[in-house]
Amino acid sequence: MSSTIRVRATSSGETTEVQALIQHPMDSGFVRDPKGEPIPPHFIQQLTFEYDGKNVFVADWGPAVSKDPYVKFSFKGGKKGDDLKISWVDNKGASDATTAKIQ
Amino acid sequence: MRSAIHSASAAVALAAAVAITAVTPAAAAETPDPAADARAFQKFFTEKFPKVKLQDFVNGPYSMNADMHRQWEEKEQFPPYDFSLEAGKEMFAKPFKNGKSYADCFPNQGIGIRQNYPYFDEKEGKVVTLELALNRCREANGEAPFSYLKDEMAALTAYMAFTSRGKPFDIKIPNDPRALEAYENGKRYFYTRRGQLNFSCASCHVQNPGERIRAEVLAPALGILNAMPIYRSEWGGMGTISRRFTTCNSQIRGVPLEPQADEYRDVEYYLSYLSNGLPISGPGARP
Repeated sequence: MSSTIRVRATSSGETTEVQALIQHPMDSGFVRDPKGEPIPPHFIQQLTFEYDGKNVFVADWGPAVSKDPYVKFSFKGGKKGDDLKISWVDNKGASDATTAKIQ
Repeated sequence: MRSAIHSASAAVALAAAVAITAVTPAAAAETPDPAADARAFQKFFTEKFPKVKLQDFVNGPYSMNADMHRQWEEKEQFPPYDFSLEAGKEMFAKPFKNGKSYADCFPNQGIGIRQNYPYFDEKEGKVVTLELALNRCREANGEAPFSYLKDEMAALTAYMAFTSRGKPFDIKIPNDPRALEAYENGKRYFYTRRGQLNFSCASCHVQNPGERIRAEVLAPALGILNAMPIYRSEWGGMGTISRRFTTCNSQIRGVPLEPQADEYRDVEYYLSYLSNGLPISGPGARP
């Protein structure tokens, strides 16, 4: 299967703007399925953006974040053509990571 | 005195002329005229929303005001239907167990043809929608049909719509009384009130587009199917035309029909025909 992470990072020279979309159910644990059985919690706990060996953005997430979350932020620095590493870990220990080139 | 009589008789003659011109279109309306319907329908919306360009109606509530339009532009940079679109592309390319694929069931291998659906099948005597054609394709190749509402069906139609983006709806009504009947039947369904709330499709999507229903902005009926299937944030996922019709019916506290029931096929035919000339913009994203 293809990556669960979509990233677009664009540098304006001084700052880099990052947009990411992650495919994840983000089940809170408080919802029941059509049969009335609770859907167990399943959500991303930590999302990390790493540039040049340093974390530029770390998010500690919980069950309140919605399905297929979208993130947008910018950080100082970042050069065109450089790599930006993105990874997440969820409460079941599953994870995914990808690398995007800054445009 | 004499001139007063003259002008009075002139006034009578004028009144008679007005009466004649007023009667003629009313008499013409007795026989169904889809082309005139479409012109009147598009005119109604462009006059109701003089600032919205005809082509922009396909963006639904996002076309209704500048603020919503900015939201839409932002959303289109990273559209939430992206994952479904990619899944649809993969599914479309993957052959069935018998080695054939979706491409074998459709003209032009299924690429860039969304604007021709639904069409009236003169052999069957009924309207055939894209969703129906996809499941028939599966069944003809020994595969189980998909649910009409979301997931796989939404992904497949998303991909097929994407390959047809920008192509204007080109729905034809062949010279067959049954085709005209299907169109009229769809029109009747669209304007008939139903459900506990006693709403017709038109109550929301013709009389009140741009107005809020709770927190949502109602979409105009013109161009509403051009953006299908859609990722609705409210649904937390994708939905097809079938899903839109059935959930509309439950929201007005009516009992929805089975997806792809004859009435739904006809109303899709009617609505798509009225949007002829407007570009396919699906898959879409809606709040």
